[in-house]
Amino acid sequence: MLEVTNLQVKLEDEDKQILKGLTLTVPAGEVHAIMGPNGSGKSTLSYVLSGRDGYEVTGGSATLDGENLLEMEPEERAAAGLFLAFQYPVEIPGVGNMTFLRTAVNAQRKARGEDELSSGDFLRVVRERAKALHIDADMLKRPVNVGFSGGEKKRNEILQMAMLQPRMCIMDETDSGLDVDAMRLVADGVNALRSPDRAFLVITHYQRLLDHIRPDVVHIMADGRIVRTGGPDLALEVERNGYAGIVAEGT
Amino acid sequence: MTDTAARTAPAEIQAQAQTQAQTQTRADAPQKSRGIQTPEVVGGTQPAPAPRLEALQAPQDGCTAAARRDAMQRLVAAGLPKPRDEYWRYTDPKLLNADTPAPLAIGDEEPQMFGSLDRLRLVFVDGVFDPAASDAPDADGVRIETLQAADAQPGHWIAQSYGALEAAGQKPVVRPFAALNTAVATNGLAIHVSARVARPVHIIHRRRDEAADVVLHHVIRLDAGAELTLIETGMAGARENTVIEADLAPGARLHHIAAIRAAGTRIGARHIFACVDEDAAFKSFTLSLNGTLMRHESVIDIAGDDSVAHVAGAVLGDGAQGPFHHDDTVFVTHGAERCESRQVFKKVLKNGAVGVFQGKILVKPGAQKTDGYQISQALLLDDDSQFLAKPELEIYADDVRCSHGSTTGAIDPVALYYLRSRGVPKDRAIVMLVLSFLAEALAEVEDDDLRAEIGDRLELWLNRHATADSHRAGSA
Repeated sequence: MLEVTNLQVKLEDEDKQILKGLTLTVPAGEVHAIMGPNGSGKSTLSYVLSGRDGYEVTGGSATLDGENLLEMEPEERAAAGLFLAFQYPVEIPGVGNMTFLRTAVNAQRKARGEDELSSGDFLRVVRERAKALHIDADMLKRPVNVGFSGGEKKRNEILQMAMLQPRMCIMDETDSGLDVDAMRLVADGVNALRSPDRAFLVITHYQRLLDHIRPDVVHIMADGRIVRTGGPDLALEVERNGYAGIVAEGT
Repeated sequence: MTDTAARTAPAEIQAQAQTQAQTQTRADAPQKSRGIQTPEVVGGTQPAPAPRLEALQAPQDGCTAAARRDAMQRLVAAGLPKPRDEYWRYTDPKLLNADTPAPLAIGDEEPQMFGSLDRLRLVFVDGVFDPAASDAPDADGVRIETLQAADAQPGHWIAQSYGALEAAGQKPVVRPFAALNTAVATNGLAIHVSARVARPVHIIHRRRDEAADVVLHHVIRLDAGAELTLIETGMAGARENTVIEADLAPGARLHHIAAIRAAGTRIGARHIFACVDEDAAFKSFTLSLNGTLMRHESVIDIAGDDSVAHVAGAVLGDGAQGPFHHDDTVFVTHGAERCESRQVFKKVLKNGAVGVFQGKILVKPGAQKTDGYQISQALLLDDDSQFLAKPELEIYADDVRCSHGSTTGAIDPVALYYLRSRGVPKDRAIVMLVLSFLAEALAEVEDDDLRAEIGDRLELWLNRHATADSHRAGSA
């Protein structure tokens, strides 16, 4: 589903290479985890795939079901089925969470040539999915992420994912700032979305999240590349021995 | 959003105020708190009135005749404003000073705002009351007369009120166009509110003559405990000079909501003078869309203890169809204890539009426990637009809380990316972020239904202008 080949990316304003030939394949139905030390380029990868400004691709390719992601606007990537759960979800005062969700859902449907959801249908679906994530009616009414706790913001990201039903979900350190209970809620939300035609790329520092979201494949990233790929056991090895050994071996 | 936005402001922007300037004043020593002082402003010094003043005809025989003569003297003494006057440095008064406005084509009428609201409609065509198009101007708790009808009655209450707050509001800053208005206005309303009025009074402006130079003067008197919602919509003339004087007795409440849509080369000067007595509440919100030159002045005298005065504005300016310049000039005087004032002004500017904010809070000696707040912010949607802000605090009491802030910025790129990453197209995402930016000003409209309708109108305007921009970009 997601094919990243020899991707090279530098900062637009600075002569600083972040990704140095990253190659990664995530097939449909699988959950892949990316782990790696600080500064290895994990978040940059998620930004470049979702179309954030400020980066320049200097080589390589990234495709979603054969479509060139790198030539698409962020909203086109979203309509094509890509979703990034932000590490730091953005607060948008004055825009209701519900309005935001409905605008996003209907914009994607429109871009795909589907009918927009009626407000009745939308309301029914959003209430049902919010309930599963313990998101109450008040959180739906409040402005997007304003005054939300860290856990509420992350649950709100998963609610957006559940509403938008993307096929390729990238989660950027969704576990950061979460307590154990919130992490379980988030993981349950993600696990409920697992399906044969959907794939996940879970970026995390720690093995802990992967106890709840069981990955099929674990990649270790260092200095802008994938340095090792393995099964779930690789995450446990990192937990025991740290990154140093793996990174040294891979470079 | 503005924190990030402020950092990304284009370098060309001249922001008079320091970005994110926040001043908290809780002064122990009065001298310390007088940080921002402005020189006393005196009006023009030319002895002979300009030709335009000589040509002015003031009605001679009504019960307001004395007030008009006084106003004419004030005007002649002050003279018409000149670009170098302290309070006209950012706004060239030339178009307001001109003898006549340039004719302005009459476009299609916008869909009526607040159409579903149960309200008392009073229609003005080119500034003249049209009784046939209006509801009967009577309702429980309020007596509404035209200025002309009131003027013709000897001993009418308006003889005492007409021009009184305007005259008081000429110090320490002269407001020549308000004096001019008082001197010559023959149209407007005298509204006497004696109780709580359930139905809002809705003044609707329409246009017929392309060159109409409209002068309107409304005098509103609210008795103790009386309450009124006053709405103004539509477009008055090719040029407008409106004065509203509102005198609130103890415990009275006035909600004023104006949605001023301008088209083409329209110019206007509006003044609101309010005097707020004990326990009373004055709240005014103005939505301004387009216009070549608009100057809105609010002069609020907080005279009674425990009273509240809020003035707020949301301005959307697009310079694509010609120059856009919008100036909000506010002067709030705290002269009583435990009062609250708010100035909340938000301007969205694009295609070379210029926004100005001059806002002052004056806390007089003895006005203890004053709670004053002022925020002026501009969202610049391109590098060509400009926001000029001059916040002023002048405080002579030692137990007050006054804060002000002014920011100038662009759309927050991270928020824009966030919305787009959810599939919201760029144009639509910008509209959402603009609405987000305006939300604090809009929140000053207390009534949920009215606020929702204003929000819808804003969204309509924003979507239309976003489309126009992408068409231009496409054809360029």
